[in-house]
Amino acid sequence: MTVYHALLELADDHLVLGHRLSEWCGHAPMLEEDLAMPNMALDLIGTARTLYDRAAALEGKGRSEDDMAYLRDERAYRNCLLVERPNEDFAHTVLRQLYFAAFMHPYWIAAQDSTDGVVRGVAGKAVKEMAYHIRHAGEWVIRLGDGTEESAARMRDAVEALSIYVDELFDSSPAAREAEAAGVLPVRADLRTQWDKTIADIFGEAALTLPEAPYPQRGGREGLHGEGLGHLLAEMQSVYRAHPGAQW
Amino acid sequence: MYSQGLIGADGQTNETPEFLETFQKRIDAEEKVEPTDAMPEGYRRTLVRQIGQHAHSEIVGMLPEGNWITRAPSLRRKAALLAKVQDEGGHGLYLYSAAETLGVSREEMTEELHSGKAKYSSIFNYPTLSWADIGTIGWLVDGAAIMNQIPLCRCSFGPYARAMIRVCKEESFHQRQGYEIIMTLAQGTPEQKEMAQDSLNRWWWPSLMMFGPHDADSEHSDQSMTWKIKRFTNDQLRQKFIDATVPQAEYLGLKVPDPDLKWNEEKGGYDHGEIDWDEFWRVVKGHGRMNRDRIKDRRAAWERGAWVREAALAHAEKRRARKIAAE
Ligand SMILES: [Fe+2]
Ligand SMILES: [Fe+2]
Repeated sequence: MTVYHALLELADDHLVLGHRLSEWCGHAPMLEEDLAMPNMALDLIGTARTLYDRAAALEGKGRSEDDMAYLRDERAYRNCLLVERPNEDFAHTVLRQLYFAAFMHPYWIAAQDSTDGVVRGVAGKAVKEMAYHIRHAGEWVIRLGDGTEESAARMRDAVEALSIYVDELFDSSPAAREAEAAGVLPVRADLRTQWDKTIADIFGEAALTLPEAPYPQRGGREGLHGEGLGHLLAEMQSVYRAHPGAQW
Repeated sequence: MYSQGLIGADGQTNETPEFLETFQKRIDAEEKVEPTDAMPEGYRRTLVRQIGQHAHSEIVGMLPEGNWITRAPSLRRKAALLAKVQDEGGHGLYLYSAAETLGVSREEMTEELHSGKAKYSSIFNYPTLSWADIGTIGWLVDGAAIMNQIPLCRCSFGPYARAMIRVCKEESFHQRQGYEIIMTLAQGTPEQKEMAQDSLNRWWWPSLMMFGPHDADSEHSDQSMTWKIKRFTNDQLRQKFIDATVPQAEYLGLKVPDPDLKWNEEKGGYDHGEIDWDEFWRVVKGHGRMNRDRIKDRRAAWERGAWVREAALAHAEKRRARKIAAE
């Protein structure tokens, strides 16, 4: 049951971030990004689906991936706060993506040794995807950080706004700690050095500095979110909830 | 979108009769015209216009479908719709590149779209009002696009013909996927079935309009046929589409909203009611329900992204300067 909760946290992270990226579709700064954004969103939603499916199987109540995604409200969602942050502008969006991918890449590398076969399967695929997300988002952080005066200012704003959500990535909830002890999921705190290095390398080229975050925000794993998530879910779940039991 | 692409096209040329005759001989021999080949100015202009409008249609077409990505009622459908809209963006990119071989830049074409000078398919000026519209667009709109585009795979201009071969494969996948969405709804709850019927009611006639005006009213069709840019007339393609689609609707238990629709044994096809051409021209001229919103959205994305594109250029320039300094 606790492994179930830990997988749900992980699945929620991927679905919510994938949903945020999909909001860009058709509205990106250039056609190439209109293709890249849904591409990354598809990677994340694909991972979420497999994890929901596995979580539902462990729960054993016959729920589907869609029941998991569409029938829980914001207090029941367990995603970290970083992924639910609004798109704001392109600088916020690429930085949020970089922060997340810089965490998930070493996470999935370690998860390739999971005691759970499904997790190992997800990890094998996600490692390559996250390497691409780091590259793509990282290149944008560099271009914008070392671009024009305006882009550099926007990039600094994004760093300022999003850095308070970083520490939560490295926290393990009680459920995650059990999954870690069972060898199903990697220990989150162990990934900090790798994350710091990835970000330092990119920020070095982008002329950005990672600020101290003396008051990091936490609470996502207990369902304590910002106000934006409820709106995201209301939109996402509207059709599904309006037709209980219907097939799509 | 593709026959509509010829509306207002100016196929006039000033070349010598000998030049035009030699060119026509190549066309008649089914030789492909390549970007660096000599070609009549009217041929080039017609293609720039048609390919540009086709590209714009793909890009603007992302908006009505994108409208439902965040509300797709299952994760499987959400992923499929994301992938579809991404495909359409890819078609746009591919087509802009084909048009660029004729000496017009993507920026110029984009400006023409935003200023209202360049058109895109009238179909995308209708709103998507329910999830069923996502199915209907795949089934009817991608279906109509395929009817238009399969003959374009043999278009005399090489880059366009080759682009169409690749695009057609994806469009037929979209069409099947859309039909499958509608089938699921038609076999679902009474509300879902009603949603599907309502959607068909709203999209049927606009889909028929995608093929453009009647042949008798289509001024530039003849020249495009002679140059083998086009292979079939608007009415021929529309007829093919109706004949293929009506049985599909019947299979689903949905009613095509045309009281005059009936099988004509003699011609081996369906007779259909008159299309509302006033509505068609109104929408083409910019007065459909969504015309203003579509252009406003495209411009907003473009303007909001200006600082990103400027930064990318500035960064590339800095890199180049640093590289030169290091050498
Ligand atoms: Fe397309
Ligand atoms: Fe399509």
